[in-house]
Parts: sequence; structure tokens; C-alpha cells
Amino acid sequence: MRPLMWLVLAFFVALPARAELVIEITRGAENPIKIAVVPFQVTGGGAFDVDLARLIESNLERSGQFIRVRRDTMLSLPGPDDTVFYRDWRAIDSEYTVIGSVVKEGNELVVRYGLHDVYGERLLFEERVPGAPDTLRDIGHYVSDRIYEALTGLKGFFSTRLLYVSAERRSEKDQTFKLILSDADGGRPRTVFQSSEPILSPAWSPDGSRVAYMSFRGKRAGIYVQTLATGEVQQVTSFSGLNSAPAFSPDGRKLVMTLSKDGNPELYVANLRTGELERMTNHFAIDTEASWSPDGRSILFTSSRGGKPQLYMLNVADQSVKRVTFDGDYNSNGAFTPDGESIVFVHRTNNRFHIARMNLETREMQILTETDLDESPSVAPNGTMLIYATSDEGRGLLGLVSMDGRVRVRLPSVTESVREPAWSPFFN
Amino acid sequence: MNMLKQAKIAGIAGVLAVLAGCAGQVNEEAASEASVATAGESTTASTQASSAADAARVTAEQLKSEAMAADTLFFFEFDKSDLSQDALDDLDAHAKFLAADRNAKVRLEGHADERGTRAYNLALGERRSNAVARYLVIQGVNRSQIETVSYGEERPLSLVRDDSGWSRNRRVELIYQ
Repeated sequence: MRPLMWLVLAFFVALPARAELVIEITRGAENPIKIAVVPFQVTGGGAFDVDLARLIESNLERSGQFIRVRRDTMLSLPGPDDTVFYRDWRAIDSEYTVIGSVVKEGNELVVRYGLHDVYGERLLFEERVPGAPDTLRDIGHYVSDRIYEALTGLKGFFSTRLLYVSAERRSEKDQTFKLILSDADGGRPRTVFQSSEPILSPAWSPDGSRVAYMSFRGKRAGIYVQTLATGEVQQVTSFSGLNSAPAFSPDGRKLVMTLSKDGNPELYVANLRTGELERMTNHFAIDTEASWSPDGRSILFTSSRGGKPQLYMLNVADQSVKRVTFDGDYNSNGAFTPDGESIVFVHRTNNRFHIARMNLETREMQILTETDLDESPSVAPNGTMLIYATSDEGRGLLGLVSMDGRVRVRLPSVTESVREPAWSPFFN
Repeated sequence: MNMLKQAKIAGIAGVLAVLAGCAGQVNEEAASEASVATAGESTTASTQASSAADAARVTAEQLKSEAMAADTLFFFEFDKSDLSQDALDDLDAHAKFLAADRNAKVRLEGHADERGTRAYNLALGERRSNAVARYLVIQGVNRSQIETVSYGEERPLSLVRDDSGWSRNRRVELIYQ
């Protein structure tokens, strides 16, 4: 029962040159599932820039619940039509083996793969996935989701996306901020919005089609909602003072945000269709960092009304407010888990900032991270992990941690300093 | 009434004292401008009027140079937006100039250090710039002369990651527009 501690540097060989994030697992689960993903046989000519087997094994490993069987230990490299000698896979300690191929026909291709239970000596399932060379990465994420779900019973998050902000600093007043959209593994990063002024608080709409964020147009801050497919931008607010920390309601129709147009940072709810604005809080302290509960009835937010930043829960119906955190003198930037039962937030202890989780019913709190300046927790839609921002010698990087704190993964940026991650909902 | 009169007299005396003080230490630029301004004047009346204007201008110049010499960075404690005693003298210099020259405009940029969460720090930066703005207004500056903005922790001055760096980053920058 000794805790399994291991360190793997798993570079994505197949990532395009522009890719920003590399995966570094610093700590894994106690009993990860050992899985061998055999290199996919490629027929029909030509090479692809995605090594499907590597993509899949890296995906699974990043969940913390799997550990790959190394390719160079495999005794044979069968294809889908070859006989599987389970003995060979038992010999190298593989519990499950994935065997597949990519068949290219003109501009299209078909990926075939099967998942084998080595100890049960049987094929669990196989599938044919049609696509094209430029969707190979999507197929790899899809296959990872299927395998993950078959073996854990949980929906995988490999086909989801991340939003984060990168910053390149030349001097205090000469910086480039980019809002970046990437695959859940950091692959295929693309710039959604770029500015020489700060970009903050990206937040997904519940259907994953739009993103809200704070940025400056000119010297004034505003809240914007951008449709990802079209790039179309809607300016929601640009009042004098703060326009910050937007978060969508679960039905996607409203945005809760912080405005200080009436003199002090307060929470407001904007109806995105009518533009109608409703003030939700009324206190001379700072009220900000609102996050809607999955059932839409409550809004979690940070307030300094008790003298120090703490988390409070606003009842949307009657606007009553209840304090939620009491442990420590700095608790902020809270978010709900998808089941609505727990919250994750930034908690200061011994002058260091960590990510903590608290069950709302039992009030039991657990600190999940142990780096410093950890912030912006955002929970994966399957509720198994969260992504957060931390820093290493001044450079911002992203980390993943499982909801029990056992699995930790770093996603350091190759080039720029990154922060403010937001995990997308499921797209299907 | 008497109190008010006394206050007025004291006020006038104060202005005179400032004028006298200024006259004693007119800088060269202001002096040469003044002599150029008087050179073209011929009648006694207009000379008198112009010397009054000169005096006012000299005062404005003096207030301006004092404001320009004053600190434009004001620092704060962690998670606080209270002005330090140190800041007040410098802010007084800015306030006097801004109150005397209604065309002068200033931008107050509030900042926080990297500790704590970003959106909260954005609000904290605004509190700090508002604290400075409020002080300037109390000293007679028009709110319309002041623009405030918060950059939160996004634009640190120092990249040093200990209290020596953080204390430099918890600031308001006063920038003349």
C-alpha cells in the first residue's frame, strides 16, 4: 500500500511545433491501471503528424488513473487483424492492451482500434472511426475518452478544451496578453483574442460555444462575450470603474459580474439578451469573483466584508448572503464542482496560497496543492480533476490535480507565462 | 461670521505667503517667460494687470514644478488601501497644482502584488486608486480631473518575489495626462 511516487517526462513527440504545453506528471495515483497502447499500423501511405498511440497513452496517463506500458518493452506490435498473444502482454505486466490501425484512402481515413483485457484474455470492444488527416487529433481524444470510460465507468475529458491567458512581458508597460484556446492536453493552441492590456477571468458558456472575459479596449476595462466559432464579440459592459470576473448562469442566458459603477465593487447579473442589469450585493467591502452553482440557485463569491477575503454564498432568489469559509484569513476565487456538492477555492496557509476543496455539507476541507501562489481553480466537467495556475520562479504555469489531491500534473508553458485556466464543459 | 472672516483673512494671508515664497525662488524659466511677457507692454495699467497675471502664472508654475518634483508612486500594505503618512506630503503637492490648474488631468493606476487572486486584486487596485482620488478631491481637486483604473497584479513594477518586490508592486501610480 505504499504510495506510488513516480516521475515521468512525457513529451508529445507528435505535437505541432507551435504547441505550448508539455506534460509532466509529478505524482500518480496509488494503483494506476497498466495499459499498453501499441503503435497504430498505418496503411495507405504517407505519414501523419500525430502518433495516435502516444497521444492516447499520454492522455490516459495524464488522468493519473493509468500508467503506460513502454513501447520499447513490447514483445510484438500486432495490428487489428493479427492474433493477440495475451501471454506476451502478461509478461510485460500490461492489464489492458489497445491495438489499432489507420487506413488512409485519398483525403479520408479510418481509424480502427480494439481494447483487450489481458487477464480476461478477451476483446472488450472494437470500433471504426472515420475521419480525415486533420481530425486525427480529435479521433485520438475520442478514442482516449472511449477507453477511459470503458475502464473507469466515468466520462473522459480528453475531447474537452482549455482556455487560458498567456503573457509575454518586455517591461511593466510593454506586455502582450493572449487568450488561448487549446485541446485538453494543451495541443493545438490558438489565439482567441490578443491585447497589450491585461486579459482576465475567461469563463465558458455552459454549452461551450462562447467565452466571457475581461479586457481593455482602449484604456477602459469591459466585459466581452466572444463566440468561438465565428469570433464575433459582444460588449456586455464598459462602465467606469471595475468590469470584471464574469461567469455564466447554468442556462447560459445571464452573466454575473463585478461592477464598481456605483462606487464600490458589487455583484450584478446581466441578462445577455435584454441587457437588463440587476444589482445582487450591497456592501461597502469588495464583492467579486462570482461563480454560479450548477442548479442556478446560488452564487459563490469572494467578499472582504468580514475584514479579510472570504467566500460567501448568495441566494439568488432573495439575495440573502451566508458566509461559507471560516478557516484561515484568505479564501477566495471559489468555483463549484459539477455535482454542486463541493467548492474549490484559493486558501492561504502559512503565507502560501494553495487550492483547497470543501464539501458544502460536511464542511470538511482538504488542501489539494503544495506549490505556492496557486490560483484560478477550474474543475474538469467529469469532476475528477481541476486545473489551476501556479508559478515556478516567476513564470506562470498550469497544473492539474485530482480531486483527492493524489495525482498532480504540471503543464509548463514552453514559451510564455500562462495563467487563468478555464476548463470547458463537455461538447457532446 | 467672525470665524468665517478670520478664516478668509487667514486664507488670504496664506496665499500671500505662498506668493511671497514663490517670488523668492522663481525659477529661471518662469523668470524669462515673465520678462518676455512684460516686454511688449506700454501702459501702466496693463503693466499692472500683467504683473498680477505674471504673479499668478509664477504661482502656477511654482505649484507645477513642486508637483512635478513630488513622488508619483504611493505604496500600500498587503490587502490594504490606506494611504501612508509618507504619501500625504507628495499628494498635497499634486493636489495644490491640480486645484490651481483645472485643465490639468491625472490618471491614477492602482496595482496589487501577485499574492492573492487576480480578480480580487483587481478590486484591491481600484480601492487603492480610489483612496488616492478621494484624498485629492478632499484637497480641492475636481473629480473630473481624475481618471482611475486598476491593473490588479497584471503590471508588476518589480519581479522580485519577496516582500522587497511585493511592497513596490502594491502601489498607485499617478500619471499626468
